[in-house]
Amino acid sequence: MTHQIEERGSNLEDQFPVLQLLSPDGTWNSDQHLELLTEERTKRFYEHMVRIRTFDKKAVSLQRQGRIGTYAPFEGQEASQVGSALSLLKDDWLFPTYRDHGATMTFGHSLKNILLFWNGRNEGNVTPEGLNIFPPGIPIATQIPHAAGAAFAEKIKGTKNAAISFFGDGATSEGDFHEGLNFASVFHAPVVFLNQNNQFAISVPVSKQMKTKTIAQKSLAYDIPGVRVDGNDVFAVYYSVSEALSRARAGEGPTLIEAVTWRYGAHTTADDPSKYRSQEESAERRAYDPISRIEKCLEICGWHDEKWKKHIAEAAMEEVEKAVMEMEQFPPADPAVIFDYVFQEPTSSLIRQKKYLLDGIGGREG
Amino acid sequence: MKTSAKTRSLTMVGAVTDALDSMLASDNSVLVMGEDVGVNGGVFRATDGLQEKYGENRVIDTPLSEAGFVGAAIGMAANGLKPVIEIQFLGFIYPAYEQLMTHASRLRTRTLGRFSVPLVIRAPYGAGVRAPEIHCDSTEALFTHMPGIKVVCPSNPYDAKGLLISAIEDPDPVLFLEPMRSYRAVREEVPEDVYRIPIGKGKLIQEGKDVTIITWGAMVPVVMNAVNSLKTEQISCDVIDLRTLSPIDEEMIAASVQKTGRTVIVQEAHPSSSVGNDILSIINESSFLYQKAPAEKVSGFDVPVPYFGFEDFYLPTPERVKKAIVKVMSF
Repeated sequence: MTHQIEERGSNLEDQFPVLQLLSPDGTWNSDQHLELLTEERTKRFYEHMVRIRTFDKKAVSLQRQGRIGTYAPFEGQEASQVGSALSLLKDDWLFPTYRDHGATMTFGHSLKNILLFWNGRNEGNVTPEGLNIFPPGIPIATQIPHAAGAAFAEKIKGTKNAAISFFGDGATSEGDFHEGLNFASVFHAPVVFLNQNNQFAISVPVSKQMKTKTIAQKSLAYDIPGVRVDGNDVFAVYYSVSEALSRARAGEGPTLIEAVTWRYGAHTTADDPSKYRSQEESAERRAYDPISRIEKCLEICGWHDEKWKKHIAEAAMEEVEKAVMEMEQFPPADPAVIFDYVFQEPTSSLIRQKKYLLDGIGGREG
Repeated sequence: MKTSAKTRSLTMVGAVTDALDSMLASDNSVLVMGEDVGVNGGVFRATDGLQEKYGENRVIDTPLSEAGFVGAAIGMAANGLKPVIEIQFLGFIYPAYEQLMTHASRLRTRTLGRFSVPLVIRAPYGAGVRAPEIHCDSTEALFTHMPGIKVVCPSNPYDAKGLLISAIEDPDPVLFLEPMRSYRAVREEVPEDVYRIPIGKGKLIQEGKDVTIITWGAMVPVVMNAVNSLKTEQISCDVIDLRTLSPIDEEMIAASVQKTGRTVIVQEAHPSSSVGNDILSIINESSFLYQKAPAEKVSGFDVPVPYFGFEDFYLPTPERVKKAIVKVMSF
């Protein structure tokens, strides 16, 4: 019996092969979906990934300088976040975690607001009007049922809009993951569950998080499609998320996608990854880097243009620096804000508490 | 409250059904969700006949996962719908506590109003019906402690309908506690029309001059039983049915205590960190110098709500209430 179960386990890994379209050496894998490989798209992917990595590196350095609070870096996961965010349509819903602002800024959230968020300001969670991005899910996996519900609401309203929920490998141990997938599968909710399997939940490796070899196979329990992709291959992520969204819009229900990736850095700026994993391993992962493989691809395809590349890097830096300036010039925290959005209409006790605070510290100048 | 003269004789659970029916009929964004709320009409029949009338897309049987469907309902509420969830018993709400505490109650604050959660969670609560274990909790204080969510608790059919309609129309999350002991205890004439009872306002159900009695939900009939038996002893009571536990009607409490100078609080819940303690704090802040006697609090005990073989020991009785009244009168 035990033997049979073990055998089945290895078969399941075979059943969910990792889809990779663009190899780490920059060449296309077979002729599969070759139509995706256009100069325009490749350059667009590259531009977005450079943009979000520039932001990420800047944010880590801002934290080191004490100019923002604790920060969760995503470097290494750019392909998963850009490939998925660029698959969305304007009216879709995005439910990120605290490590998915690469996706939210690609979808249209403002860099200034993302920095404000990391600097302790709720104003940072206010997305541009009409852009459906929830504030980052902080307790692990709790945003997954929200995505199922928002998607179900779109189905009830009879639209073609869909939702995507981001989450990590550790999240799949949480009840909310299973409850969210179950709910969505029962109601055929138009939602994509995008797992970024970056191999570690803070310090705990996937091997200690779950017995299964893949996360994609957890889809079997809910009888929904499960797909495993190279999360450092922006083309594979873009392709699989786009496919899943098309299925969702066509009324075919949810999909679970496991994007296998790696975060180079710490869980947040508050921890030291060398304590729980070898840094050589992280350095070796650079060989699979999502951005450098696009650079190689551009060269192989003859689309490489040094001037353009330099321009992309400079434009990204300029945009990020501008956002930093806007964040730092943002008006100081107004104490009234903590009272004004608890309810639509404040209760009399909130009015009293607000007055007490404002009288005590001299209002906004405090 | 102006309503049409047409009324129907309803129990409290019937009034809840009537409110849900009215709101499903008048607002397409209203949905009823929960375990067994569809074909079965809910474990207490509060949603009886609604799925047949409004279809499976409006009255939705969900999978058995309180955290999952409350979480999903948060996403639905943020996306323009108004889910009215039934939790079968308050004692089963705890898996959803995280979703309520970390999301429903603070999404508006976190996003400065960009998103809000117009969600109603109905939950029968309380002991005294010989129900199985865990089915009898009165843990309202776990939710009154939570900023960003309102807690409503009617005691009779008329208030149940008017408050539930207000809760469904409220732009913020509301926990709606239904005393299961009172579900079918009395019938009352309830207007057929839609009417609203404001959230946050108590009701002075009896006027008196000697003692203020503050209570809510399933304890209202217990208090009235005690008060009626004291009439022969010439003790006249102001009886406040709070109806909303968060935000609490501080003005009504202060006005009454300042009139009588004596207070008895009656609650079914555990006494520690309870709504009753909050009321004492309100009295302390608003009416300290008006008091002629230390206020009394009649509660359950700081023990897990006992299995039904013991529940009569736990529940406040008219006798315990009477003793407390006599005590504040004889101070």
